[in-house]
Amino acid sequence: MGQIEYDTAVIGAGLMGASTALFLARSGMRCVLLDRSGVCSEASGVNAGTLTMQMTRADLIPYAIKGWEMWTNSQEWLGFNPGVVAAPGLSLAFTEEEVATLEHRAAARRARGAQIELLTASKARSIEPGLSTEVIAASYCPMDGFAKANQTGFALHQALKTARVDIHGACRVERVEPEDRGYAVIGRGEVVRARRLVLAGGVWLEEMLNWLAVRIPIKTLVNQLAVTERIEPVMRTVIGIASGLLSLKQFDNGTVVIGGGWQGKGSRTTGSTQVIPENLIGNVRLAVHAIPHLVHTRLVRAWCGFEAETADAMPVIGEVPGINNAFLIGSIHSGYTSGPFMAKLLAQYILGHEPELPLFDPSRLVDNESYLKNDVN
Amino acid sequence: MNSRVELAVLGAGPAGVAAALAASECNVSVLILDRSASAGGQVYRRPTGPLGAQQLKKWPDEVKGERLREQLRSSAVSCRFERAVWSVERGFRIDTVGPAGVETWEAERLLVASGTTERVIPFPGWTLPGVMGLAAATALLKSQRVLPGQRPVVAGSGPLLWAVASGIVAGGGMPAAVIDLADTRRWVSSLPALFSRPTDLLKGLGWMHSIRRKQVPVISSAAVRKVWREGASLVVEVVERNRDGTLRREGQERRLSADALCIGHGLLPAIEVTRLLGADHVFDAQAGGWKPVIDDQQRTSIPGLFAAGDCTGITGAEAAQLEGRLAGLTVAHEAGRITDKLYRMKAQSLRRHNLRVSRVGASMAALMMPAESFIDDIPGDTVVCRCEDVTCAEVQAALAAGAMGLNQIKSWTRCGMGPCQGRVCGDTVAAIASRHLGGRTAVGAWSPRVPLVPLPMDDFVGAFTYHDIAIPKAAPL
Repeated sequence: MGQIEYDTAVIGAGLMGASTALFLARSGMRCVLLDRSGVCSEASGVNAGTLTMQMTRADLIPYAIKGWEMWTNSQEWLGFNPGVVAAPGLSLAFTEEEVATLEHRAAARRARGAQIELLTASKARSIEPGLSTEVIAASYCPMDGFAKANQTGFALHQALKTARVDIHGACRVERVEPEDRGYAVIGRGEVVRARRLVLAGGVWLEEMLNWLAVRIPIKTLVNQLAVTERIEPVMRTVIGIASGLLSLKQFDNGTVVIGGGWQGKGSRTTGSTQVIPENLIGNVRLAVHAIPHLVHTRLVRAWCGFEAETADAMPVIGEVPGINNAFLIGSIHSGYTSGPFMAKLLAQYILGHEPELPLFDPSRLVDNESYLKNDVN
Repeated sequence: MNSRVELAVLGAGPAGVAAALAASECNVSVLILDRSASAGGQVYRRPTGPLGAQQLKKWPDEVKGERLREQLRSSAVSCRFERAVWSVERGFRIDTVGPAGVETWEAERLLVASGTTERVIPFPGWTLPGVMGLAAATALLKSQRVLPGQRPVVAGSGPLLWAVASGIVAGGGMPAAVIDLADTRRWVSSLPALFSRPTDLLKGLGWMHSIRRKQVPVISSAAVRKVWREGASLVVEVVERNRDGTLRREGQERRLSADALCIGHGLLPAIEVTRLLGADHVFDAQAGGWKPVIDDQQRTSIPGLFAAGDCTGITGAEAAQLEGRLAGLTVAHEAGRITDKLYRMKAQSLRRHNLRVSRVGASMAALMMPAESFIDDIPGDTVVCRCEDVTCAEVQAALAAGAMGLNQIKSWTRCGMGPCQGRVCGDTVAAIASRHLGGRTAVGAWSPRVPLVPLPMDDFVGAFTYHDIAIPKAAPL
């Protein structure tokens, strides 16, 4: 049996895993971060970068507020600002039905601390002059904004190096084996040993948990995104719609990113994804409908990113049920917004402190029966 | 949705047209899609008629192009021009955009005949107005019958260099100089291949002769180091290379005044579609770079997906035609439209013929291949990604900061994220990265992305009302 080199091995270098490793290392733990690719190479690096309350699940609002505060202060805790812009957010309604949805959703989020108010169309247009005249109402939240997702990996990579986290990129972990005093993490051609494990595999979390014979089903969403060429300023807020199926913002370089969770095709097993043309057209039409000026531009790129979702669409953050010194973090709806804060909470817990806000105990979702059944099959 | 055809061909250049005709002659239903207004591709590009005052003589390849277009017209191939392919799915589904709006096509088999992309290795001033690729200059000459300049410097490597220079001479211009990267020895080494194709040899000699006769200065084994603007002129600084390929030191450069600079460093296979479909690719520097793996019947690693012509490795128009024909016959054979015996006979003869022809093309491609050290000569402050203004130093800084591959360099610097989708800078950035990360295969390639061409939003969304948008179920609260 080899020597234990690390206090904690974090598997998965997305936003959750990388931030958890960062906070643990800063508290004095010796950490290794393993990823089959590089830091933030999957969803964390290709998402829309939205930092919003209006698309966040109501119960996660308190976490999202903390996350938003961290992002807008990223220079302070991350040492680098990945292009964070704080801007107000507008969620639009084009029909009476959507106005009712807006009211209902705004009330639920307001009840959990988000400052969201309903505006008339003319008030909304005074905030965002480029808005379509077909908007009949909007909900407004001063706490919104965005970061450059593609810069997140760079920022975290540098911060992790400074914090002396060992980054093992291009390292595909094949399995983990519990040992007397910790775990052996076995990848292709290398083994690292650590006292604790943190599993932060995004949509691949289910497969990671299988290494420990724990079954928590994770669904895979394949979110489509698209971006325009650089254009003159056409908007200054973050735009959404009542149903949550649009996110629209213009970055400082002039590009406009169009998202909202329209689905593409893909498989987490092969890792391949594919944009569905009809869904891209639908998503882009919605964007043009909200900000008509966009019709004068060109779309230069579309892509997909995986999003993980549990059976109850709430996060899993805490101990791996029934397994000593193993933790997991993931499946956080609008996870980019609250991610750094969620990681901070898990790090607090691992370090033996009381987390600032409650974690999300994964044991509620354990489905060992189906695991055993699958195993027999 | 249009009716499903047996074969869709992407690209109406020599390879695509030959494939379409061959398959169609065997009663395979064929659809050919191209972005241009007519068939011909880059080599047999159709002139759009006199635009400016400069009426040029008939370009020699024009006759071949006219024949090719005539053959296509009198065939049963269904042609759809002014359609840019923006998305392709296995199975096969092809999405196009153009003046006709957004359209979807379906085919049982797909042949990719997408040709090439021009490579220009960056140097200070390469993004100035008046500096253009050799292929761009060829397009101007052939299609618009416009001279790229009255006294341009023509620089770079390979046969296009001489084709452009002689085209300018034929059109009444006088190149300020021809700057050839290759030294005479490299041309001599390609002579045996050329002698096997006397027509190519004569064509090449004809180009060179017309240039010598006009007494256009020719500087061999030399490179353009930088270019800048002084008044209405471009100043082109030329420096000769040492025997080992490195550039001579400061103080030994020559300065030439010109009204344009046409420069190119070879051609790259255009592999966007085969990459998007996930076919296997291999890096082959001699063939221009990454190319799809194909068998001796033009099949890729994906069932039903074929590729032919320069997009499978640069071998020139004649080889492309033979490969296209072979691909078309293979499709017909797979579809049961020709007998095994006939197919084997025809395929064998095409392959034999191609072996000879492609030798010339391949030796020309080798001639176009710039030395690796060229990448090291790019100054730090020179822009390599012209869409996003990313400099060579920024790419190197990303590598020094720990970027582990091309996708991470793209994320961190934005190079390759602009409208050209990395077509212009991709090869350069990969070459820079390969110096740090241990070879082109280790560096890999950027994840392929749709749209394959920038989509004009108005064509893309069309006329619609809010109720036409099929908005999915709302996200949970």
